[in-house]
Amino acid sequence: MSIDQNTAARVAKLARIRVEEDRLPALASEFNTILGFIEQLGEVDVEGVEPMVSVTPMRLKRREDVVTDGNQQDKVLSNAPDAREGFFAVPKVVE
Amino acid sequence: MSDLNKLGLAAARDMLRAKEVTSVELTEACLTAIEGADALNAFVHKTPDIALERAKAADARLAEGEAPSMCGLPVGIKDLFCTKGVASQAASKILEGFLPEYESTVSQNLADAGAVMLGKLNMDEFAMGSSNETSVYGNAINPWRRGNEDTALTPGGSSGGSASAVAADLCLAATGTDTGGSIRQPAAFTGTVGIKPTYGRCSRWGIVAFASSLDQAGPMTKSVRDAAIMLEAMCGHDPKDSTSADLAVPDFEAMLTGDIKGKTIGIPKEYRLDGMPDEIEQLWSDGTAMLRDAGAKIVDISLPHTKYALPTYYVIAPAEASSNLARYDGVRYGYRAKLEQGDGITEMYEKTRAEGFGHEVQRRVMIGTYVLSAGFYDAYYNKARKVRTLIKRDFEEAFAAGVDAILTPATPSAAFGLGEVTDDDPVQMYLNDVFTVTVNLAGLPGIAVPTGVDRKGLPLGLQLIGRPWEEGDLLNTAYALEQAAGFVAKPEKWW
Repeated sequence: MSIDQNTAARVAKLARIRVEEDRLPALASEFNTILGFIEQLGEVDVEGVEPMVSVTPMRLKRREDVVTDGNQQDKVLSNAPDAREGFFAVPKVVE
Repeated sequence: MSDLNKLGLAAARDMLRAKEVTSVELTEACLTAIEGADALNAFVHKTPDIALERAKAADARLAEGEAPSMCGLPVGIKDLFCTKGVASQAASKILEGFLPEYESTVSQNLADAGAVMLGKLNMDEFAMGSSNETSVYGNAINPWRRGNEDTALTPGGSSGGSASAVAADLCLAATGTDTGGSIRQPAAFTGTVGIKPTYGRCSRWGIVAFASSLDQAGPMTKSVRDAAIMLEAMCGHDPKDSTSADLAVPDFEAMLTGDIKGKTIGIPKEYRLDGMPDEIEQLWSDGTAMLRDAGAKIVDISLPHTKYALPTYYVIAPAEASSNLARYDGVRYGYRAKLEQGDGITEMYEKTRAEGFGHEVQRRVMIGTYVLSAGFYDAYYNKARKVRTLIKRDFEEAFAAGVDAILTPATPSAAFGLGEVTDDDPVQMYLNDVFTVTVNLAGLPGIAVPTGVDRKGLPLGLQLIGRPWEEGDLLNTAYALEQAAGFVAKPEKWW
């Protein structure tokens, strides 16, 4: 599998990371190096093997379905790059 | 007494309890050492005020005679742990200015045990790296040098600042985290001890997530005894982490008898790599002989899927990272890019993440995005999860056959020079984790112990891998190895 510049651009878009046009060839080449390394997995016979879901055999704990937290709007917003009137502020989302 | 910062946890604890020293004295000695060690770039956020306040409180508790296990002992905290009101940015620009409103469970457990926080330690950005060269703070430097050369060496990564600080005696011990070897490789590069416990032993709550199914916290210390003391303080069940194990935490220190008679130690043939330096081969066979002389039975074992561990890791870890790091969007915390007229929310995400993430992090997020994307999910991600099952099964079969612990080299080389492994070929850097990454994939406990030096005087370490939840037994085997190896070398102070 070889990744071309278009695929690299598509992946960058999906990952929401801006990559300038002139960086795409180098990026595609790095992807190919890493994916070439990963290709070795093709040699392994995994017929009938279950994909791992949990590394330790444990049941995830369940908790009571009750409110345990809240009323800390100021703390939630304290690290926001832009917060106004008790809300996170972002650029216009809809035209 | 001078040089209090050179003490380990056990020695300092005993002196505190015997009233031969105070926590304030210990803490001041460390703070002085830290002030004089900016050249190492290990401590990146210093917290002397918090340290002295906690030291005074610890001295008061010690005076009352009700001191918990780590009361008054000054330690460093890796920047990956969220610490309330203290910068916690995972060595990334994207978390610039982030001041958590909460404390991670592990650092809270340490505080509850009386430990004194000296500050935050350098690391690779989001713990992605094996040399501490991806940090927004710049490189952390290894206090060790090759003979008389002044080449700056890496302390390893990702817990490079932690390793450098412990090796240079800037603190008595430090926290680290380990996703593919990030505690054990830097420990081996700096002549210190580092243990990654069984997945689920330490709560991950409040630790900036990299790859959630692999991440574990653990201590980095000056001895195996210190590792036992600090690990016990760090771990325990936490309802806030649903993968945290609800198991009693044994008294690890009490299990250090040094008696390993009758234990079976496995030597996996697949860890003997082509082109492995003679010194590593020698170190490994010397370590094997030490355990045999201590009464252990040595058996050759096979872990046939070992060679597929790194490629498996480089599917699973980036996949989980791409999901975990989706939260850094410039909205709720940290960095937001300056926008131009007309930029909408998508431009804000894309510019923020391009400017806020470093090169290696971007690369891994994108690889993760690719292997999870429609059409490739089965071929890459599901395939890797199946191979992971086989890697774990290899270990299970060895343990079922009676093996108590497995001895391997910790790293394929001694510490290398900063910049010597180039960024152009990421796979070369990834190979650093070849001996450690299997342990994360199988969720097992693993410990690196310094057992020798190379021709240039650099420390080398061996790794012991234990059965799940049997850290006590593993620490005891490591203790026997440590006693037999008698590693006492320290870096000569140049900084």
